[in-house]
Amino acid sequence: MFTESMMESIKKVEATRAARMATEPRRMTAEEKSELLKQYHPDYRAEGFAEIKIGPNKGEKAPVELTNLLHSNSRLLNEKINLDNPAYDVDVLVIGGGGAGASAAIEAHEAGANVMIVTKLRIGDANTMMAEGGIQAADKPNDSPVQHYLDAFGGGHFAARPELLRRLVMEAPDAIRWLNKLGVMFDKDEEGTMVTTHGGGTSRKRMHACKDYSGAEIMRTVRDEVLNRQIPVVEFTSAVELIKDDKGQVAGAVLLNMETGDYLVAKAKTVVIATGGAGRLHYQGFPTSNHYGATADGLILGYRAGAPLLYQDTIQYHPTGVAYPSQLFGALVTEKVRSIGAMLVNKDGEAYAHPLETRDVSASAIIRECANGKGVETPLGSGVWLDTPMIEILHGEGTIEKRIPAMLRMYLNYGIDMRKVPILVYPTLHYQNGGLEIGGEGFTKAIPNLLVAGEAVGGIHGRNRLMGNSLLDIIVFGRNAGKAAAAKAKEVTLGKMNLDHVQAYAKELENAGLNEQGVSPLLLPKYARHEK
Amino acid sequence: MENLVNVYFFGKRYQVPADLTIMTAMEYAGYTLSRGCGCRHGFCGACATIYRIKGCNELKTCLACQTQVQEGMYIASIPFFPTDKRTYEIEDLRPNQQVMMELYPEIYSCIGCNACTKACTQSLNVMQYIAYAQRGELEKCAEESFDCVSCGCCSVRCPAEISHPMVGLLARRLTGKYIAPKSQHVEDRVDEINRGEYDQLIEQIMQKPITEMKELYNTRDIEK
Repeated sequence: MFTESMMESIKKVEATRAARMATEPRRMTAEEKSELLKQYHPDYRAEGFAEIKIGPNKGEKAPVELTNLLHSNSRLLNEKINLDNPAYDVDVLVIGGGGAGASAAIEAHEAGANVMIVTKLRIGDANTMMAEGGIQAADKPNDSPVQHYLDAFGGGHFAARPELLRRLVMEAPDAIRWLNKLGVMFDKDEEGTMVTTHGGGTSRKRMHACKDYSGAEIMRTVRDEVLNRQIPVVEFTSAVELIKDDKGQVAGAVLLNMETGDYLVAKAKTVVIATGGAGRLHYQGFPTSNHYGATADGLILGYRAGAPLLYQDTIQYHPTGVAYPSQLFGALVTEKVRSIGAMLVNKDGEAYAHPLETRDVSASAIIRECANGKGVETPLGSGVWLDTPMIEILHGEGTIEKRIPAMLRMYLNYGIDMRKVPILVYPTLHYQNGGLEIGGEGFTKAIPNLLVAGEAVGGIHGRNRLMGNSLLDIIVFGRNAGKAAAAKAKEVTLGKMNLDHVQAYAKELENAGLNEQGVSPLLLPKYARHEK
Repeated sequence: MENLVNVYFFGKRYQVPADLTIMTAMEYAGYTLSRGCGCRHGFCGACATIYRIKGCNELKTCLACQTQVQEGMYIASIPFFPTDKRTYEIEDLRPNQQVMMELYPEIYSCIGCNACTKACTQSLNVMQYIAYAQRGELEKCAEESFDCVSCGCCSVRCPAEISHPMVGLLARRLTGKYIAPKSQHVEDRVDEINRGEYDQLIEQIMQKPITEMKELYNTRDIEK
């Protein structure tokens, strides 16, 4: 199914394969990496960013599309919402039905709290479901949480918040244990030893996986547990605004039934924002590997209520998104493909970089190759080769079907057999490194009973995240948020509920001359032809 | 000039570019999706869809996000399907045949028509994994059903009214929890951490100045 010019280039990839396999490509020096990032990483393109004009992060930069949403008003501005008769009254309200939200709900329930989940699509419609490659934890004898800390801190450009990173690495082995106890089927050998591999930037093989359905296996298990516990899950219902009280606490959220357009009120003693990422905002025109609802809603809700953002100007572009065929454009090709041996190769058959540099470096190197005419042209742009036949040469026939079946299936649908031919990749918008700022216990620093977990948090990973640390963070910080929210709920007494912050925000926008924008949060991307 | 094909969403004709998927073709036609759209990359099973090509009697099932449009496609997406999930306390179960008999007895009504396998959007051998479940071969059922995305197309077609994805899910949880060998190295590390064996080391690395951290990071040895 490749074009003629692609087939020509494949011949060059095949011609250099044996020689390439005999030598490991050199890793870049710290200086080389830093220079490459400055020249080619999208975070350094000034035109992709704008200044935030109001709120706690006033004067800082954020992606243009996110800034536009921050500069927009609430859809409730001219609505009359009756806060006196809430449809729901709970201890803990979890907003978001992905891995972080489900983990939080399970732990809050375990702690005896009255907890509910609201989610704008279905429970499990989340980036968690789509994570393929694996989950990190330092649980092998040659590894330690300290080594994990070093890898993640360095890979994140020494910007992670130490108290958050500490929790991430120290609670990682217990996260694996917890998931395994719930019934997650990790890849193991006959003795029970977890099969672990490298990810970009890891110094020990600590990537645990469930084939290349790692996130799906985790999500469907925690979802099943939520349902078994009969925790209320209100689907197709989004939170469109937090409610506060006269003491400055959060007191719940205004919900929107996505199908009927009705507004409902949920009252809660503590609120966990677990709304995930922002890929569907398509920063700088990139395609995305994210699910349909990844529109940064929680960031908008939290910010409007007064919670600051951290590292909102740093975005992860996964190096290997599908570049061809166009029907799969932007879909994720798991990093595990490189973990188990495939090299990145340019149009001329050259392995221009080590396949397991960190994601920001690896993505920048692909962009560089394509900018310098070393990429393969595609109908939607260009890309480089990921030399997948190497995997079967290295590990034997059948390895691809056994270890990355989802990838094989995805390409076979379009007549491309990755066991026989390499595949074309280009960076895709993958992860929001930044988000709402929290302290080590999971609470926002501005609002005492508002918590954040998962991709909506900023600061756990610094300015770049390693593969496998996101599935880990949703479990570690999701569980922690659930426990902390349940405990906190016992001591919270709510005052008079109000939406005054919505009016105050509108006033601020007006004073800054920004009163003509649309409404936010976005909730769903505008893909219908007449809406584009 | 773009190559266009005729497709019929819920019986109504639209002309759409031939290289689109069913999902992007619906959006091209003007639909704003909320039901029937999830991850958009073949992992979540939200976009279960049935279609028939004009002039052909065969009824097909697919994921809308993973399937390219064809001329004459009559398309209906399935917004929701009431699969029947039983609730249980996983800690109280044991991995035996009894579990399936108690929680999903309808699997023994399977008439062997193979409609489930034919309907599977992931090309799984669904009838086979149900057969494994009937026999209490839970590990085999788990392996065979592993790539299931719970789209429910199998259950839509099943004359015995089995909720196949739920059976596979139960088999996988029982396998992961009880049948797969224990990972002693995970238990050991959790114990070490709980005993505080890393507390001092982690405190030390958290306190180090950035220049020292850079040196440590850039010179760390990497496992081959």
